[in-house]
Amino acid sequence: MFFFSLALFVAAVVAFASFGLNVGVDFKGGSVLELEFSGGRPTVDEITNVLRSDPTLKDREVNINPAGERNMIVRTVELTEAEHQILLADLKQSYGAMEEVRFNSVGPAVGKELQRKSIVAIVIVLVAILLYILIVFRKLSRTLSLWAMNAATIVALLHDIIIPIGIFALLGHYANVQISAIFVAAILTILGYTVSDKVVIFDRVRENILRGKGSTANLGAVVHASVMQTLVRSINNTLTVLLSSLAIFLFGGESIRYFALALILGIALGAYSSIFVASPLLVWWNKKSKP
Amino acid sequence: MHYWKRALIIFLAALVLAFFVYPPAWNKLADKASVPHFPSVPFRLGLDLLGGTHLLYQADLRNLAAGQTPEDAMNGVRDVIERRVNVFGVAEPLVQVEGSDRLVVELAGVNDVGQAIRMIGETPLLQFKTERPVAEREAILAAQKEGQRLEEDPYYIDSRLTGKYLTRAQVAFDNSGVGLNTPQVSLEFNSEGAEIFKELTQQNLGKTIAIYLDGAPISVPTVQVVIPDGKAVISGNFTTNEAKALATRLNAGALPVPISLISQQTIGASLGADSLTKSLQAGLFGLLLVAAFMILYYRLPGIVSVLALLVYVVIVLAVYKAIPVTLTLAGIAGFILSLGMAVDANVLIFARMREELKAGKSLAGAVNEGFSRAWLSIRDSHVTTLLSALVLYLFTTSIVKGFALTLGIGAIISLFTATVVTRTLLLLMVGPRTELRRWLFG
Repeated sequence: MFFFSLALFVAAVVAFASFGLNVGVDFKGGSVLELEFSGGRPTVDEITNVLRSDPTLKDREVNINPAGERNMIVRTVELTEAEHQILLADLKQSYGAMEEVRFNSVGPAVGKELQRKSIVAIVIVLVAILLYILIVFRKLSRTLSLWAMNAATIVALLHDIIIPIGIFALLGHYANVQISAIFVAAILTILGYTVSDKVVIFDRVRENILRGKGSTANLGAVVHASVMQTLVRSINNTLTVLLSSLAIFLFGGESIRYFALALILGIALGAYSSIFVASPLLVWWNKKSKP
Repeated sequence: MHYWKRALIIFLAALVLAFFVYPPAWNKLADKASVPHFPSVPFRLGLDLLGGTHLLYQADLRNLAAGQTPEDAMNGVRDVIERRVNVFGVAEPLVQVEGSDRLVVELAGVNDVGQAIRMIGETPLLQFKTERPVAEREAILAAQKEGQRLEEDPYYIDSRLTGKYLTRAQVAFDNSGVGLNTPQVSLEFNSEGAEIFKELTQQNLGKTIAIYLDGAPISVPTVQVVIPDGKAVISGNFTTNEAKALATRLNAGALPVPISLISQQTIGASLGADSLTKSLQAGLFGLLLVAAFMILYYRLPGIVSVLALLVYVVIVLAVYKAIPVTLTLAGIAGFILSLGMAVDANVLIFARMREELKAGKSLAGAVNEGFSRAWLSIRDSHVTTLLSALVLYLFTTSIVKGFALTLGIGAIISLFTATVVTRTLLLLMVGPRTELRRWLFG
């Protein structure tokens, strides 16, 4: 099971390294326009031709995709407000019954800023969680190696976020799923949520050792027993959050569907990694760090 | 008996909050008994649910006027934009300075965003110019024939009078002329401006004074008399609407520094309404799924946890109204997610209770032991979730902020409902009768 995780982890890193993330306009800058055609939707080529025949817009790089039943999503490099109005006027002239569902335009500076902020936020949360578990684990450190507990937790947390990131790298490459600012929120929520599961198991391990139900000598058996004791509540805790995320995924609409998917993946992986990543690592590293 | 009282207080408080969240329920009863209606406070919805536009402007602070601080300039920009935005008649427009040199403008329910952007961004520049002396004019015209001094205006020179001294502009009708009542814009200067204007008219009697708007002449009246009272009239070839628009723009004033639009997010009203329906649906299903799971798996304690969850929902919704929290799509997602997290503490407690029951403890003992042993885990999970929510909130992107806020509020309130509400209800059910039916507790 541990090696299954390792394989997934490596695959995720490879996917991320080779494809990168398919980031949306709020990260890289650019414009997205969604249009609803109530009187019959033109084809992608037809819209492309309309834009090609406009003197201002003809050299713009555009990417047009159908969405839903009557909608079209037009992605371009950043448009000024004047160019945006020209584009709308051109299309309105060609296809009268058309409504602008949404328009999102982000300058490259704003996009860069968001990238920087996202990375900073993820680092801050990781550090804050690291500090918090240091404090929580300190009282456990008489029975278990502090270093082993922290390292095992951090590795498991990285596992919980890197695999979803890898999956989204694949989705971005093969299904053109784009990452927006809300994806960062999903990653941070996964971090904050799944860490507590690990703390619960380690806390149980300490309790079992103190109650004399085992000693550090056969830590493997104690950890196994502790995992089994906390298994039902771990699964149930995860299930309730998965159920509410599933409701968002199924009913929440297009714009937050992938946000919910990221949460589902990360939270499910979090429960899995508490048992199959953090616990074995704890046993392994605890042995190494104690003579 | 003690727990009965506490449970009753919780129930009544939840009921009052429920009426606050959904006043029609109270109002129906109130109509029959002819008592006053419950105060109605609406939920505040974000742009992505209402439809509207979010605009981010970058101010150019490189060329500040002498003695002007960047803060002054930004506050000036905000005030002017606020006045321009108020023209649209949008409910609760938001205009605020972000960081040191950015301005956020949010308009809900604007039909023509393109027009709104044009009106926000335009900087009307009103100038009064006087005739250039003939010798200079000839010199410039001659030079321009040679292709030199092209930027200079051969006919007029700037006077000291600008839109800065304007106190009021309004539409008036010229009824002195023959036939049609042509619309005009009448101007009123402050005392300083009136003094300058008086001098100008004295010095230029019989000559023309050109009125320029945004660098183009719109009216070139000839001075007939000295005007001492600071009142002037612009009579171009206006339609009534053009005159109105000009007066509005002049009243709104000029920006102290130039701004440019760097990011815009517009959501159509139909998409907003659709998102709202969908997210409410998702919330309802989320609640049902979690409740069904808890009751099926935990039986009687499961019902207790669902009651606590309902109290949680009522409190959270009341907090959203009271603060008020601007609910966005992501914010509602945060709320739905928090439904699943709110019962987590219950799961921890019930799991411990089961263990204690198996170990042969009495029901009351198991409940108390379950709480005290689960407390550390409950605390840890809430602290880590709150940490993430806090960092997300400081992250400043408005979509993410909305999510962080509802997630954080959820973590705090679920701590209360899981410990106080669940515990009170569980202890309420402990007694000789349930002690004999321990299977109810799993």
